[in-house]
Amino acid sequence: MEQDITLKKEGQSLAFLKPLLAKITPKFQKGDLLAWLKKTGITILSITLFLGLWHMGSKALYNKEADFKIEKALTEQGQAAADAERACIESGESSCQPNTLPAPTQVWASLQSLIADHKVITADKAAFAEKMAATNEKLIAQGKNAIVYTGRASFIDIVLTSIKTVFAGFLLALLIAVPIGIIIGLSPTLRSAFNWFIQIFKPVSPVVWYLLVFMIVKTLYIGDNSDNAFVISFISVGLCAMWATLVNTAMGVSSVDKDYINVAKVLKLGTFQKVFKVILPSSLPLIFTGLRITLSVAWMVLIAIELLAQSQGLGLFVWEEFQNGANDSNSKIIVAMFVIGIIGFLLDRLMLTVQNMVSFNKNEGV
Amino acid sequence: MSTETTIDKSMTENGIFYPSKVMLDLSKLKKVYPTPKGDYVVLEDLDLQIMKEEFVTIIGHSGCGKTTMLSMIAGLNPISGGNIAVLGNPVKGPGPDRGVIFQSPSLMPWMTALQNVMLGVNKVFSHATKLQRKDIAKYYLQKVGLEGAFDKKASELSQGMQQRVGIARAFAIKPKVLLLDEPFGMLDSLTRGELQDILIEIWNKEKITAVMITHDVDEAIFLADRVVMMTSGPSAKIGDILNIDFERPRTRKSVLEHNDYYTYRKHLIDFLEH
Repeated sequence: MEQDITLKKEGQSLAFLKPLLAKITPKFQKGDLLAWLKKTGITILSITLFLGLWHMGSKALYNKEADFKIEKALTEQGQAAADAERACIESGESSCQPNTLPAPTQVWASLQSLIADHKVITADKAAFAEKMAATNEKLIAQGKNAIVYTGRASFIDIVLTSIKTVFAGFLLALLIAVPIGIIIGLSPTLRSAFNWFIQIFKPVSPVVWYLLVFMIVKTLYIGDNSDNAFVISFISVGLCAMWATLVNTAMGVSSVDKDYINVAKVLKLGTFQKVFKVILPSSLPLIFTGLRITLSVAWMVLIAIELLAQSQGLGLFVWEEFQNGANDSNSKIIVAMFVIGIIGFLLDRLMLTVQNMVSFNKNEGV
Repeated sequence: MSTETTIDKSMTENGIFYPSKVMLDLSKLKKVYPTPKGDYVVLEDLDLQIMKEEFVTIIGHSGCGKTTMLSMIAGLNPISGGNIAVLGNPVKGPGPDRGVIFQSPSLMPWMTALQNVMLGVNKVFSHATKLQRKDIAKYYLQKVGLEGAFDKKASELSQGMQQRVGIARAFAIKPKVLLLDEPFGMLDSLTRGELQDILIEIWNKEKITAVMITHDVDEAIFLADRVVMMTSGPSAKIGDILNIDFERPRTRKSVLEHNDYYTYRKHLIDFLEH
């Protein structure tokens, strides 16, 4: 009841917004509000449940490891050492904390420390640029390379690098797979000629693609000391992810509705017109389904490839934190996990929107 | 066009004289589909002449090869034997001189109604200005009662509206022969009646030689100058031809009230039931 009253009050004070709201919201009814509340309620409930389970799980793991440490001190060094160990763990001293699945609160703290760290690094960079401005101008005037900031990358920079890599890889996949897909889709001869190639290379794992690209790029960059990790990782990502687009494009182009082809035949459209006015538009929905899969595969394999290529992205960040084994490393890994998941989700939504825009059957796609 | 000159000669390679009234000539037409069990003969020894400005409907049981025949005239299906000639010129492949209205509207769903009609108009009237071409397309869309839907996407139109666009598209390219493959078969009877009226109204103006396949006896009588009955396959041929002597323009009411109507109807049904 109380909720009802507050809602009414709000409704009155926002009365001037009513005509505007009526325009943007299609007839908002009482039932809709209830359904919306129910839906949000369920989501909030499930998030709470998830966090609760996570908290309890990490607590159990923490206790297990703490008990083991105390037990070990007791058997190896006697009662005094065990008491000291217990006191150390209880005091929260970082050197003797069990290193296990972090609790939600720790992860939250790590996220904030990463953001704070980003601010520090950004300030550092700005200060460096200011300090070096005069020197760099001179260097450039002399025809030499300017001195750039080579300090640690912040978490945000790392995320941006990953996004940049994934888009570069995606673009490469698009530029390779769509034209080839169209060509082999148009010609049954080429399709059967290419088929073995696609069937064999499609299931190859990202790691192997990375090694192949590494072999080639390393030789191409020979004598060049610039950092080729980015190049290697985006090419590998592109090659791993392009297969879905290639197969879908070829399938879309080769399976155009026979009626459309007959119309094109009756009107005697030229090859160019037939391809660009009939075949391509009708296969666009399938091509975009392929591109959507490609983008999500690209994001999935990116992490493994960045790790191997030593490219300053999320993959390397996760691996380095794991190797690092510092007190907050585990919680940083979990932060990265959520960031990876959320970005992957957003990328998929982005592609879905584009896909729905080009699709002529509005009820296609999930 | 080159065909214009051949009308005057009215001769084919075989040296047979064709009365210049003949628009479409099928002679000894044969269609064979090879199957693992041997050849399946769909059509054999099919002879049919269709005059200029004639509306012919073709009726027969499903699977007798009506659609095969029509798609062979359209040039979409290769001929196994015999000959098809339009104004004395043998058919070698599809072309815009034979407009087709398909059973399903077959519009490009990503294009608007106008763009769909323009696709053909652009091709056939390539010498005209863009404005002229647009006017042609709009004229025919108006004729089929779609003046308000030029810029609607084809996928947003109802089945009946889509088939109207199909009719406009076929007439707009000014074909010599119009081929209609059960164009109203997928529509409900009310819409079907409406579209028959629209079709016959445009046809009365343009008088394009038309060959239409139908399953509907009433539709066959209402639209046609002659109803061609095909025997059941395999090896289907022309079974019987019925002349419909109602004067044009006709109205549905006048046809239904005509004394001969039920005689014609009985004739067709008798044929189909044997």
